Amino acid sequence: MAVVTGTPTGNVEAKKRAGNSAVLRVARFTITRILTLAITVTISVYLTIMIANMGGYVDTIMRGEIRDRVTQTIANSPSARQMDPEVRAKLIRDTIASEEERVGLNVPIAVRNFRYLSNALTLQLGRAHNMTSDSGSKTVRLILLERLPPTLLLMGTSQLFLFFSSVLLALNLSRRYGSFWDKLVVAFSPTSAVPPWFYGIFLILIFAAVFKILPFGGMVDSPPPSNPVDYGLSLLKHMLLPAASLVISSFFLSIYNYRTFFLIYSSEDYVEMAKAKGLPSRDVERRYILRPTLPNIITNFALLIISLWTGATITETVFLWPGLGRTLFQAIGLYDIPVIVGSTIIYAYLLALTVFMLDFVYALVDPRVKVGGK
Amino acid sequence: MKALRNSLSNLLKYPSAVVGLLVILGLVFIAVYAVVTIPYGEAIRMWRGGEDVWYQNPKFAAPAWINLFSSKKYAESFSVKTQDGSIPREVTPGAEGTSTMDATYAFTFNSDYLPQDLILYISSSYEQKQPFISAEWLTPDGRTIRIANLAVSQKQTYRFAQDEKLKTKLRTDNVISSLFTDPETGRIVKGEYQLLLSGVTFEPESNMDVEFVFHGQVFGLAGTDQQRRDLMVPLLWGTPVALAFGLLAALGTSVLTMVIAAVGTWYGGWVDQLIQRITEVNIVLPFLSILIMIGTFYSRSIWVILSATILLSIFTGSIIAYRSTFMQVKESMYIEAAKAYGASGPRIVFLYLIPRMIPLLIPGLVSSVPAFVFLEASLAVLGLGDPVLPTWGKIIQDANANGALYRGYYYWILEPATLLMITGLGFAMLGFALDRVFNPKLRDI
Repeated sequence: MAVVTGTPTGNVEAKKRAGNSAVLRVARFTITRILTLAITVTISVYLTIMIANMGGYVDTIMRGEIRDRVTQTIANSPSARQMDPEVRAKLIRDTIASEEERVGLNVPIAVRNFRYLSNALTLQLGRAHNMTSDSGSKTVRLILLERLPPTLLLMGTSQLFLFFSSVLLALNLSRRYGSFWDKLVVAFSPTSAVPPWFYGIFLILIFAAVFKILPFGGMVDSPPPSNPVDYGLSLLKHMLLPAASLVISSFFLSIYNYRTFFLIYSSEDYVEMAKAKGLPSRDVERRYILRPTLPNIITNFALLIISLWTGATITETVFLWPGLGRTLFQAIGLYDIPVIVGSTIIYAYLLALTVFMLDFVYALVDPRVKVGGK
Repeated sequence: MKALRNSLSNLLKYPSAVVGLLVILGLVFIAVYAVVTIPYGEAIRMWRGGEDVWYQNPKFAAPAWINLFSSKKYAESFSVKTQDGSIPREVTPGAEGTSTMDATYAFTFNSDYLPQDLILYISSSYEQKQPFISAEWLTPDGRTIRIANLAVSQKQTYRFAQDEKLKTKLRTDNVISSLFTDPETGRIVKGEYQLLLSGVTFEPESNMDVEFVFHGQVFGLAGTDQQRRDLMVPLLWGTPVALAFGLLAALGTSVLTMVIAAVGTWYGGWVDQLIQRITEVNIVLPFLSILIMIGTFYSRSIWVILSATILLSIFTGSIIAYRSTFMQVKESMYIEAAKAYGASGPRIVFLYLIPRMIPLLIPGLVSSVPAFVFLEASLAVLGLGDPVLPTWGKIIQDANANGALYRGYYYWILEPATLLMITGLGFAMLGFALDRVFNPKLRDI
């Protein structure tokens, strides 16, 4: 309202033109971004498929396994024992051939790689070679879906707790720069050089082996309690150690990083200005320190959400937690390419989607950023 | 030079830097000591040797120093033999080429726990007639137990606990227990025990040697694992392996990242574009899964894993950070001056751009060492450690696979874990201090 220039009609036209160009800019940006991200995801998934195939060597391993398994099964079956040796040999040959066809070994590797790629990109995850879900299905989607809740539960609880507690504590500390707690956090921040599974081993040693108050691993008692309350309690008991080790391993460094970040922003002139105006420290924190750091915090949060999907392979393995990370490790051990690729493609899509969304979110929370602007 | 000395004296003002430096120096000392005292070939032989190398050691033995912390004492392992005189023997020649051998070995047993096993390894040489040996056991309370009468073949192993005849004679299933306890009270008798060996050889050239191996509950400074291996070997040798892996990976990653970022920013155009696209692809690739796949499918050799680690770690977030800093440096006056007097591209990259960034490189390099050390251990814990080398991660994996925590062999995990922890913390502490010294933005914070 402060500046009124030109005739009203001219103003509207100018606005319209500006609006059009903004729409155009956003559209052009969206399309190029989607294209580059799609290319990135395709290349990454193709590379993963190549590595998971080991340039065809995995085929040799799988052929050998199929031959072994089929020969064993047929040799051990009572009906086959009474067969003619020739009939039996033919049966073995045919079974091997159909088994190889089921896994897809009859198709050349290059063709198969592209088939994997197009199936993966269209999220047709297909069937696993060797793995089965607990309910007995070989569908990759079901295997992954079955493992998703434990991972989300463990990672979600620990990562969300970690995120909110460290942001809040860091805000608090940045106000009390140089206090005892501040120095403590700085002194302890090197402890995050140690990965979570390592703390896990120590926690198992202390709480499971020596004091015998918490279980060594697993997700629920065996047999699982039928009563939902008991089930929840048992779950909680089993989750305590893995979640604690995930939290401990990043706790101090996470607080330290946010604290340093907030400190840099709180020494800006406008913060001094706000303080000089006599604004309450809560307002200063919320509107003058937290607000400009919001894009970074949102990025961290988004990356955290993605990390939930991958799970924590080694921590899950150490605690025998039936999550996605451990499943991926088992899949690699069983040369189960569909499961490996399935897990990778979902991660790649999630990452690409997050990167894409973040550009818009930045523009929403930070008025200085324009979508597609330089 | 002066700047370097300045930063060093600045560095020593931080206690964490001093502690970190001391830890790293200590580790380097252990690494050098390990490589000098146990040469590579010897270390591999001892690590992969199996029963022939380690038969004198008990299984799952805790380190001997736990006796210092325990009110009940564990028996220490030992082995003695006639060959080197640690079992004194007397050989008296008899008629017709025969000779008799008498050997007595006395030892004090003051432990509150029974030993694992007692074994005699007898070796002899003869033409036709096998030598003969008999063994007797004298307890401190004056009992004498006849252990065995044996005709000895060329190499023979006699395990006390598995001798069925002895079990019948002592009317027990647990020979070791009845050899060391009072039959009436059932308590362990402490004091001086004696093993009496008397042998006869029947040929002039024939001779006989005996080795007595006592498998106690504790062994050496580090204890042993499920294959009777002395854990001291992998603990010592794990140090150079961990340091080499951590330092090489950190050095390779940070130097290559910086050089590639500098080249990309300087030349710009398609080079820069290519680097950025590779980085985007690489960020989507699941790092740990790819390493696990390489370990499972291709090779578990530490060099392959090291190269893969470096390759996958170059094109990550740090290359983006370096790029943005190089973008600023590229516009500085001294670069402008270098261009003006006609310095070539490589000269500007390597002599003007990169040296300017070394202060940023060093803290990052040191701080990234622990991650790589633990990465190697993590892969070993997943069963993807180097198949030949003894490493700390391998000990943890063996311990985990054998249920060490569940069965109470805490030393087995605690020893390598403590070393890993110390290494990680040492580098992390030094890295933190370096970051503050070289990064003036952080100095006041």
